[in-house]
Amino acid sequence: MDAGTLVEWLVHPGATVHRGDIVARVETDKADVEVEIFESGVIDRLLVQEGEKVPVGTLLATLKPLGSEEAVTAAAAAAIPPPAIPKVPIEPPGAPEPGTLQHATRAAERLARERGVDLSRIIAKAGRRITVADVEQAIRPGQPLPAPVKASPRARRLARQLGVVLHTLAGTGPGGAVTAADVERTAVPTSAAQPAVAPPAGLRSRADRVVARQRATATAMARSKREIPHYYLGAAVDLSTALAWLERENLTRPVAERVLPAALLLKAAALACHDVPEMNGHWADGRFQGSDAVHLGVAISLREGGLVAPAIHDADMLRIDELMAALRDLVKRARAGSLRSSEMTDPTITVTNLGEQGADTVFPVIFPPQVAIVGFGRVSERPWAVNGMLGVRPIVSCSLAADHRVTDGHAGSRFLTAIERILQDPATL
Amino acid sequence: MTSDELRAAVLASLGDIAPEADLAGLADDDDLRDELDLDSMDFLNFIIGIHERTGIDVPERDYSRLGTVGAALAYLAAHAAG
Amino acid sequence: MTTGVRTSYREAIRSALREALQRDPRVFVMGEDVGRYGGCYAVTKGLLEEFGPERVRDTPLSESTFVGAGIGAAMNGMRPIVEIMTCNFSLLALDQIMNNAATVSHMSGGQFSVPLVIRMATGAGRQVAAQHSHSLEGWFAHVPGLKVVTPATLEDARGMLWTALEDPNPVLIFEHALLYNAEGELPADAGPVDIDTARVRREGRDVSIVTYGGSLPKALAAAEELAQAGVQAEVVDLRTLRPLDTGTIVASVTKTHRAVIVDEGWRSGSISAEVTARLVEHCFYELDAPVRRVCSAEVPTPYAKHMEDAALPQVADIVAATQDAVSTVA
Repeated sequence: MDAGTLVEWLVHPGATVHRGDIVARVETDKADVEVEIFESGVIDRLLVQEGEKVPVGTLLATLKPLGSEEAVTAAAAAAIPPPAIPKVPIEPPGAPEPGTLQHATRAAERLARERGVDLSRIIAKAGRRITVADVEQAIRPGQPLPAPVKASPRARRLARQLGVVLHTLAGTGPGGAVTAADVERTAVPTSAAQPAVAPPAGLRSRADRVVARQRATATAMARSKREIPHYYLGAAVDLSTALAWLERENLTRPVAERVLPAALLLKAAALACHDVPEMNGHWADGRFQGSDAVHLGVAISLREGGLVAPAIHDADMLRIDELMAALRDLVKRARAGSLRSSEMTDPTITVTNLGEQGADTVFPVIFPPQVAIVGFGRVSERPWAVNGMLGVRPIVSCSLAADHRVTDGHAGSRFLTAIERILQDPATL
Repeated sequence: MTSDELRAAVLASLGDIAPEADLAGLADDDDLRDELDLDSMDFLNFIIGIHERTGIDVPERDYSRLGTVGAALAYLAAHAAG
Repeated sequence: MTTGVRTSYREAIRSALREALQRDPRVFVMGEDVGRYGGCYAVTKGLLEEFGPERVRDTPLSESTFVGAGIGAAMNGMRPIVEIMTCNFSLLALDQIMNNAATVSHMSGGQFSVPLVIRMATGAGRQVAAQHSHSLEGWFAHVPGLKVVTPATLEDARGMLWTALEDPNPVLIFEHALLYNAEGELPADAGPVDIDTARVRREGRDVSIVTYGGSLPKALAAAEELAQAGVQAEVVDLRTLRPLDTGTIVASVTKTHRAVIVDEGWRSGSISAEVTARLVEHCFYELDAPVRRVCSAEVPTPYAKHMEDAALPQVADIVAATQDAVSTVA
């Protein structure tokens, strides 16, 4: 390890620090490192900017002895003409809600609090949290801020979760406040559980939406690969029984009610969660939180580009024709951009199905905070040995990526075996 | 149905699925799945669209015979007549 | 459920008293006019004849004396039920209640407990003016060492007394005077109920109306009226003001995201203020509208009928506040 990227300053110039305080977070190739300070004093200058990569041993900041704090804060305050500092209430600090991406760095929150800046009025650079630099930009003389937003606490929380910028909304609540319903109306489907990055829908062009969705996917996938220790398992599953059954079923069905093989695969994955419930739930607050209901996320690629993975609620409880109807409806609405916020936040496990045009095998990436994702590749005819004889069978490669903090290869194997077993008995689906 | 009406029905069904596609630029022998990036759900919706517009019910085993606009027109013409 | 018996809130309390006197020889009833007169609200009518003057005792007009006597009896192994005519008069015994009953267990390191039950009437609405009409249960709910319960239903009127007697510490029962004549069906085998939890009296999804005691029937009437207008209000009956069942309140508001608190006490420093604070502490991020309160006007309760009506929370006030909480401008 010879270099690191300064990810976040936890202090700002003028802050009093004590020996042992954590002042910054640095990302290295090996790990994220919290930088401790070994002297007490007052931060004078930050010499390395957030996002900068520097060699090990680089001076990060300078410190003044304790007692000179007065002079420093006074000087900082004097540099800012009073009228430029809007004295408006700020959001309470405190820990972020579970499932919420913290939308400002801690140092930025602290600075905003000290200077009386409303964080909800600051727009972070796309895909990033509000940084000290953003707050400083906001309190620069002559820099007008957007008007204050009146919004309920619940609306604010929801806006963060769904990536909606509050001051673009017209409130319909008491006194014109923005309510949760206002936020939900505006929220666009972004990739599952991906807050904080996408601006509101109604105001954006199609191209903007594509870019925002790509950013959301990028954030989710980067977080997944950064935080989730994935392990991967695969199994080749013979679909001859299932497809033959489906063909017979579809013969009796009017064209609009025909069931696609995808519905069988989804149902099998949902039912397998009963066998291995540790695959179904969320990783939150440092532990696995299982879910009784199976809300099956379905990865849907959008024609304009990008991906969403909204939920079919209670997929394990739906009959196969109900599941097919739900899938058709979901795909239609995903492509029309009219998903519901609950569909975006509820999935407890996701299935990605590459379909007949796809590759043989997929090694999928888990959507945080979920803990598993099931992938199905292309169904193709393969030579297949049964009872000492070779035959030609339709085979699908079924893969599982799961979170090693929650389960291991043994549980994963049981899960794939369950899917295989369920698909051999399609009438029970 | 005349062949013009059938063509209109096929193109309208495709337009529902892929509103952004340039259907005028689609050749009769272009592979629909490749050119329009149709997945199985899209294709099912295409078959449903044709059914709604022409009344022709394409059974599953014949899906592969509607791989291009030209093939689809030939198939539909045969089945509309019969 | 067994067959119901038609009864009133007053009769339900009386049968609870009778049962307590029958079940436990340590129980006795004491207060002003509880014997020969039958109680100022006729709750103890007939008990003197049934149980005799040893166990149904008329006292001099000195709240401090008979509450103090009750504390002493409780500390010495009896299970007294002391009746104070109205909670206004309980202030004459405040020293005994706060400085003795509430503290003895703590100050004696647990060597003594005070298993005393004090019943009193509370609330306005009968044109008996400011000496007899105030709602001071919220005050008492401020005091550690006391349990404060506010039965609002026949079941609670019938069932809270026995549970209170079993509690090793003093329990104050506030009976809203307007409820005494309330009638309804009570199961023939109705018995003790818990005095630790709040209860959802009506389910709804749009807004939570949190209330207790004499305001419960008003809140339910308001909810009924709101339902006609398409607003599904949930009504939470606090039942016990101390200790407050924060979990039930927070669960309801977490579901509805809006809260209206109805409290016949004065707004400033009231139990409604405490409930509001708990909501802000425990489910701030669930709130989708400011918390609304419907409380009594901050004046001594007026005598004149139209002024008394204007000073108290009324169904129309609750409806208006709730509509305000759920309002949206198109």
